[in-house]
Amino acid sequence: MGFALQAAVRARRFDVALSMGDGETLAVLGPNGAGKSTLLALAAGLLRADAGSAELDGRSLFGPRSFLPPHRRGVCLLPQEPLLFPHLSVLDNVAFAPRSAGESRAASRASARGWLAEVEASELADKRPGQLSGGQAQRVAVARALAARPSLLLLDEPLASIDAAAAPGLRRMLRRVLAGRNAVIVTHDLLDALILADTVTVLEEGKVAEAGSTQSVVERPRSSFAAGLAGLNFVPGTSVPSGLVDAAGRRLEAVSETPLPAGVPAAAVFSPRAVSVFPAAPAGSPRNVLRVSVTDLEPHGEFVTVRAGHLSAEISTSAAAELDLGPGSEVWFTVKATAVTLYPL
Amino acid sequence: MIPAAPSPASGMRAGRRRPRHRRGGSAVLACALALTGCGGGADPASGGGIGAGDTITVFAAASLREVFESLAEDYEARNPGSEVVLNFAGSSDLATQIEAGAPADVFASADAPTMERLAEAGLIDGEPGEFARNRLTIAVPQGNPAGVKGFADLTGVRLVACAPQVPCGAAATRIQEVTGVRLSPVSEEPSVTEVLGKVISGEADAGLVYVTDALAAAGEVEEIPIPEAAEVPNSYLIGAVAPDAPEAAQEFIDTVTGSAGQALLQEAGFQPPADRP
Amino acid sequence: MTGIRPLTAPERVRRPRAGFSGLPPWLFLVAALGALFILLPLAAVVVRVDWSRFPELVTSESSIAALKLSLTTSAAATALCIVAGTPMALVLARSAFPGQQVLRALVLLPLVLPPVVGGIALLYTFGRQGLLGGTLRALGVEIAFSTTAVVLAQTFVALPFLVLSLEGALRSAGGRYEAVAATLGASPTTVLRRVTIPLVLPGLLSGAVLSFARALGEFGATLTFAGSLQGVTRTLPLEIYLQRETDPDAAVALSLVLVAVAVLVVGLAHRSSPPAFR
Repeated sequence: MGFALQAAVRARRFDVALSMGDGETLAVLGPNGAGKSTLLALAAGLLRADAGSAELDGRSLFGPRSFLPPHRRGVCLLPQEPLLFPHLSVLDNVAFAPRSAGESRAASRASARGWLAEVEASELADKRPGQLSGGQAQRVAVARALAARPSLLLLDEPLASIDAAAAPGLRRMLRRVLAGRNAVIVTHDLLDALILADTVTVLEEGKVAEAGSTQSVVERPRSSFAAGLAGLNFVPGTSVPSGLVDAAGRRLEAVSETPLPAGVPAAAVFSPRAVSVFPAAPAGSPRNVLRVSVTDLEPHGEFVTVRAGHLSAEISTSAAAELDLGPGSEVWFTVKATAVTLYPL
Repeated sequence: MIPAAPSPASGMRAGRRRPRHRRGGSAVLACALALTGCGGGADPASGGGIGAGDTITVFAAASLREVFESLAEDYEARNPGSEVVLNFAGSSDLATQIEAGAPADVFASADAPTMERLAEAGLIDGEPGEFARNRLTIAVPQGNPAGVKGFADLTGVRLVACAPQVPCGAAATRIQEVTGVRLSPVSEEPSVTEVLGKVISGEADAGLVYVTDALAAAGEVEEIPIPEAAEVPNSYLIGAVAPDAPEAAQEFIDTVTGSAGQALLQEAGFQPPADRP
Repeated sequence: MTGIRPLTAPERVRRPRAGFSGLPPWLFLVAALGALFILLPLAAVVVRVDWSRFPELVTSESSIAALKLSLTTSAAATALCIVAGTPMALVLARSAFPGQQVLRALVLLPLVLPPVVGGIALLYTFGRQGLLGGTLRALGVEIAFSTTAVVLAQTFVALPFLVLSLEGALRSAGGRYEAVAATLGASPTTVLRRVTIPLVLPGLLSGAVLSFARALGEFGATLTFAGSLQGVTRTLPLEIYLQRETDPDAAVALSLVLVAVAVLVVGLAHRSSPPAFR
């Protein structure tokens, strides 16, 4: 049971395998063009794979010689834009799937009212889609999808086009309705993944960069993309005794959670808050010292994130002012070895 | 080289014939003959004061195209440096153009009423004269699939004729009056070209067209004569356009009414005017 | 929620409000000249109408018969265009197959073909001696010189208008709604009926109006293929052409009727058309 897919689409350099258990929700993360939309289109049957197969609850969705058309898959796509049918009322939009399945007008409308209540949008039933705000429309779109009673729900960045004020409520609603359902949710937002998903898959350039439980990906990211989402500094390299050496030959002292043999691929991860910034090389420091060139400054509240390439440090605004930082400033990042976590990749 | 200048409408209306029986035609003709002097066997080829470089513009009914094209060639050969510009279209189109001020020197119509319309408006120099006659005949597709033998057989077949509003349709109405046979065509076309086209394509079992049309389409249709048609012929009239037609206009009219013109017209299937053999 | 002004969408479909148009002023002058070029000849017709005789001219037996025939045949031709043109537009807009571009070009041929040639082509197809003539005769169907022939001729010249405008509407609507509908469990036929067609209804309607107008004005193919007989095949344009021979005033009066009917149909369709969807 559950959902498993393994598929290749040569024209898009896409080759991905993933699976999820019964009732699980999977978050798919990745930069633009990583293949997230391709994955959804393959699962929904809107795109044919060159090779591969997929199964949902023991049924084959497609295989080397078979292809189930979208309307027979029990896979429902919730696109980024709600795409409510503009010629139907909100109620009839939600009743669309039951009607298509052959239910009577009255029965389908009755169940549509139930689903509207489920997404806390009962009062919108008689409106036209054009009269709804973005958040309202997305709620209705969720109700419409749920009304199809899909075995697998595909959500393509459901919160991306919602204004910030409406997002929390919608996120709570999604958490409630997705509980215990098989769903794939494409998102840019780690918060969505943490709140809505059980497992996470990170795609990069059409391949799976990492996969695992949401918790493990957040705490021990194995890709710079996931680390970036988690707000962590991520330095991949090769393990040496009590640390690693990165591709540029820089050595980082770190604490390994488990004893690590030398010479294996490993990652060193540390929080920007653990980083101190100095205008000159601190003499005789027991810390890791990295000479960097500032690329960007991002103030937020009392703190400033100092970015230098793929590394970043978070320091107080007053400290930043004292250092007279700006893009191009040459500074030293230091971090205690005990603040750097090392693990094998 | 004959620079023909058909109006945009001429393509659509090419081959329109609009002769109509004209009572008193002989009187008009006599007058015309007196004016032109061609009745006495005068030779139009002698020319009279035609200067080199003269250009005359002739507006003629579409059914006259072939005959007038050769006549214009002859004329130009006999009068070096002169040029005849021809414009063929349906007679009523041409009349409308002349009324609107088109630069015509000679007008040859396929029916009398159109010519009379211009004459009454003072647009014709003197009296127009009849120079030919035409009459209806039955055209049937090759092999005569419906076995039409005469006018009386037309009641039982798919017949196409002209609408009574146009001259060829009026002629058909007159033949019905003479013969007492009442026809019910499956289509009443606005021009004889359409009638001929539907016979050639085999859509119609028979069509009422002019003798000249049947002759021109001899390879594609068969002709079954209507003896009674001779009793109700159609008149073709020609006249110089007022007020200031050049002398050459009259010269060209003489060419048409003269022996060479008459020979060509009869070759094409036209009958001579009423008072000629 | 009640009492709150509806958001965004109804405004989206509203006409652009007065304000910044972004157009250079000289453009309005050129546009006005273009409009004048179309309107002036129409005005010239109106000026030429003999209003004292107008009622009598347009209510003559032959005029009424021609008007009735024109309206019924044009309506039938429009219906045929919708039935035959909608699937064509869908296939052209939504699928991809080799030779599609060529097929599209061929479908649009009647637009450039002189109507008379269209009539001849129909004759070669449905005529007695035509491609299908023998088959049709065996079935006891005679098309030439019948009202059916008029409808066929009108459909032939009007079909591209429907296909063109519907294909355009389909392309601008895109296939995203259909994809969503399919994943909601709707079969392709249900998607077509409940999503695609309602979405492009404005495009279909304007295509139908264009087809109707083209059918109403059709002359050459009708004359060549169907002939001209009062009450059977003589449509308004053919009647106008014939009237011109004997009574130019009647022709002008009938032309005005034709223009009025066309304006009425286009106007009604515009009023009743639902707002265009994004």
